[in-house]
Amino acid sequence: METNKILETIRMIEEEKLDIRTITMGISLLDCIDADGKKAREKIYDKITRKAEHLVKVGQEIETEYGIPIIHKRIAVTPISLIAGATDEKDYVAFAKTLDEASKAVGVNFVGGFSALVQKGYHKGDHILIQSIPEALATTERVCSSVNVGSTRTGINMDAVKEMGEVIKKTAELTADEHGLGCAKLVVFANAVEDNPFMAGAFHGVGEADCVINVGVSGPGVVKRALEKVKGESFDVVAETVKKTAFKITRMGQLVGQEASKRLGVPFGIVDLSLAPTPAIGDSVAHILEEMGLESVGTHGTTAALALLNDAVKKGGVMACGHVGGLSGAFIPVSEDAGMIDAVNRGSLNLEKLEAMTAICSVGLDMIAVPGDTPAETISAMIADEAAIGVINNKTTAVRVIPAPGKAVGEMVEFGGLLGRAPVMAVNSYSSADFIARGGHIPAPIHSFKN
Amino acid sequence: MVKAILTVIGKDNIGIIAGVSQQLADLKINILDVSQTIMNGYFTMMMMLDLSKASESFETIKKALAEKGVELNVQIKIQHEDIFNSMHSL
Repeated sequence: METNKILETIRMIEEEKLDIRTITMGISLLDCIDADGKKAREKIYDKITRKAEHLVKVGQEIETEYGIPIIHKRIAVTPISLIAGATDEKDYVAFAKTLDEASKAVGVNFVGGFSALVQKGYHKGDHILIQSIPEALATTERVCSSVNVGSTRTGINMDAVKEMGEVIKKTAELTADEHGLGCAKLVVFANAVEDNPFMAGAFHGVGEADCVINVGVSGPGVVKRALEKVKGESFDVVAETVKKTAFKITRMGQLVGQEASKRLGVPFGIVDLSLAPTPAIGDSVAHILEEMGLESVGTHGTTAALALLNDAVKKGGVMACGHVGGLSGAFIPVSEDAGMIDAVNRGSLNLEKLEAMTAICSVGLDMIAVPGDTPAETISAMIADEAAIGVINNKTTAVRVIPAPGKAVGEMVEFGGLLGRAPVMAVNSYSSADFIARGGHIPAPIHSFKN
Repeated sequence: MVKAILTVIGKDNIGIIAGVSQQLADLKINILDVSQTIMNGYFTMMMMLDLSKASESFETIKKALAEKGVELNVQIKIQHEDIFNSMHSL
């Protein structure tokens, strides 16, 4: 064993904040379907607490033995609209409460899957679920919700886009005493993936096995530090450096996933290769882009820098693990990234630039606070724009915005913990109301007809 | 056989190797390989350990060694060897 390799690994963990961001157990609830809602909820509680009983303990054991922090242990379940739709209940908040109780019983900090997939249309349960989201997020602590409103194969469901703008507004109002925190637990997707281990957008797809372990890695600090050593060199060197670093980071994910899967007796699903920032100093994706030579993230060249980063991370990670999945790329949540927050505050990063960045990285407009008086139609139109980028470019996009009640542009919204703090960003003040009022469906793009 | 890597880093002083080795012996841990150097003025030691005869759980061992580190004024870490193997090779 070479001394310098051992020291490199230790330095990556100690100084550069390399960690495993999450071990997420995906649990299918399809066998919990029951016409009687109360019975269905009992089955759900039983199944989650049975399958995930040892999840947290095993995660902690692996942390101790390998000396690598595993920040979150989480659960993703089958979209609840599919399960609850079998009942004749008129609101699904009780299902969210059951998920919350089950997650508290097993000690995980989030459970994802209070979700509906409506890219082409609603079934009965979808509509009820979407209408239940504001209250569900306001009355539970650990439940995360997501709604898929578009896909490359199907186009964009503009009725759902319209409805989600209103749901986001209502969620913010119901959680106004926490600055609209409920919206931080709600993601609107296009091309949602079924094995994403990251919150708030995780759910367990219907094509997945009964129970699987998915792992999300992290490590922006490690990439930043590696790039500091190649200052001024060409992009060939930059890409190569990112690839090599991503490889090492992903190997950790593979190791932890394999070990967790073995100890829990649950099949290993995928490693999600995403670089996920946290508000901690030295854990920022924005700082990687600035290390490439940008004075402040958001200036001209940011999109190209992010495109290189996103692609090189995928290339480096692919060889390092058995199955790649999830979102895999670089996350650009504003409130969770110290460098992004600074860039917004100094006026170099705005919503328009962030939208361009989402066209080439792995997610979308993420953890962005907008003024509390932003109309629902404007939020819907933001969702429509992001969905269009995803649908046309064959990639996942998402919107997680917080219309912070009572806050105006320039103010800060404090969420605390890993959700960080968000500067309220300006939205375009011209109306999109007539556009959103049309409803209906934007047809699938021509390149969806691949058969 | 469960193998682990022990790393000891800190300001050089009298009795570090003696203290660490004694603690390992008390925990019934066998030392397979040792490498030690002074790097930028810091005492840096790495040991490959065999835990198959160890009397305590990994967690207890880790805690005992960390406490020893406080006593000797160095940082002592123990990690399963797989983390190093898997990061740097396929």
